[in-house]
Amino acid sequence: MDLSRTFSIVIRQFYLIRGSFSRAFPLFAWAAVDMILWGFLTRYLNSFVSSGFDFVPALLGAILLWHFFIRIMQGITMVFFEDVWSRNFVNIFATPLRISEYVSGLILSSIATSIIGLTVMLCIAVLIFKLSIFVYGLMVIPFILVLFLFGIAIGVFGSALVLRFGPASEWFIWPIPALISPFVGVLYPIATLPKWMQHVSRFLPPSYVFEGLRAVVLQREFSAATLALGAALALVYIILAYRFFVMIYANALRSGLLVRYSAESLS
Amino acid sequence: MMKTLAVQTLRKSYAQTVAVDSISFEVARNEIVGLLGPNGAGKTTTISMLLGVLQPDEGSIFIEGLDLKSKRSQALSLTNFTAVYTPLPGNLTVRENLIIFARLYGTEDITGRVNEVIKEFDLVAFRDQKCGVLSSGEQTRVGLAKAMLNRPHLLLLDEPTASLDPATAREIRAKIKEFAQQTTSGVLWTSHNMYEVEDVCDRVLFLSHGKILLEGDPKALPSAHGKKTLEDLFVKIAREPLTIKEF
Repeated sequence: MDLSRTFSIVIRQFYLIRGSFSRAFPLFAWAAVDMILWGFLTRYLNSFVSSGFDFVPALLGAILLWHFFIRIMQGITMVFFEDVWSRNFVNIFATPLRISEYVSGLILSSIATSIIGLTVMLCIAVLIFKLSIFVYGLMVIPFILVLFLFGIAIGVFGSALVLRFGPASEWFIWPIPALISPFVGVLYPIATLPKWMQHVSRFLPPSYVFEGLRAVVLQREFSAATLALGAALALVYIILAYRFFVMIYANALRSGLLVRYSAESLS
Repeated sequence: MMKTLAVQTLRKSYAQTVAVDSISFEVARNEIVGLLGPNGAGKTTTISMLLGVLQPDEGSIFIEGLDLKSKRSQALSLTNFTAVYTPLPGNLTVRENLIIFARLYGTEDITGRVNEVIKEFDLVAFRDQKCGVLSSGEQTRVGLAKAMLNRPHLLLLDEPTASLDPATAREIRAKIKEFAQQTTSGVLWTSHNMYEVEDVCDRVLFLSHGKILLEGDPKALPSAHGKKTLEDLFVKIAREPLTIKEF
């Protein structure tokens, strides 16, 4: 692994973002709008509750973590899409860059851009809506870690899909978080779901995070082993997503799709 | 003596169409080899395979003795290319693009080398302009600057002067000839400009329907096949490939 080559992907993204308002703005804008929307909603809900239950850590905290997952996933796909949009595959893959270095570059770029989004969301949640991250204690670290790992897995998987099906297929990638969200219980307990959806949620690492988050807020017991299972699942998905990407790339090399990518298919 | 490039029985087909049909050739150090042929002859497919972005069905490619299949990264660090159909990203400036590709090719003293190629290819005035706003000739020069970043042992040029005015094209030809003479590099050059090929190339390979039909000195080949110029020979091969005995 050559770190210089990996960092060239990160630097490229930095160059693109610093010169483009339309790239910089979405890093935090929509997440910030959602934080404000849910922030006021939690305030409104708090005004109905007499028991002193605080919706801020349960709902606003969950929204913050969910947006962090989306930022990580989209952070990866956005960097990949830059090569799609600028038809840069031949230039970039004819260099000594290895696939592992390229994917690592996507991940590092995503970490950098997600930190910006997370910082803005935290500022809004803490400064405006008085979210105390101390409510979650040290559990906030594994929560973020599991979502981070799963975001990487989905981002790499989505990039592989676009590599396989062509530029127009990016339309399939943007709604992935929305498709996952009903199953992982961002805003409600998994027990609320019908049985079949509960079975699906067991295979989705964020389910363990949001169940854990609610348990912490409600001061119920939550087994660390359950969260470890979520982390293990996320790691398995990363391995599968990377292998999938490598397989699609190898197929594109064999079929000639990489050099005729704008054709979208070879038929 | 080790060749810069050694290609052995390279073959690629798409469904029923054979794009490159078991071709073998070499490029020596300090040699400029022209890869000629009509549209669809298999030139770009061959170059794509040499760049590692298209996997051959059969055959092998050795760059400075390194097998492209098993030592891809090392072999490609000794290679570079430019082609009219692969402009650098238009949303980055000339300097930004060159910095990124210098890093990707493992260039030492990135800033120094980037400034050198910017000067060498007369790009100083455009260094902070986005590549997308440059004229096609200026973009071609940026592509050539990128191709020279790592002082490649094997330089692949797919119609490098296609968008250049005659004065700039002559200058670029002189630069590439000088590069091949003063380094230990080999150059594989495709062009449809036969006068350019005659001027630049030490040897040419005529490709038709994926096969090498002729090989030789571009100055001697036309008379050897009863033609006045290389262009006449090209036209004959393009129209009547079967009249040429396969190399």
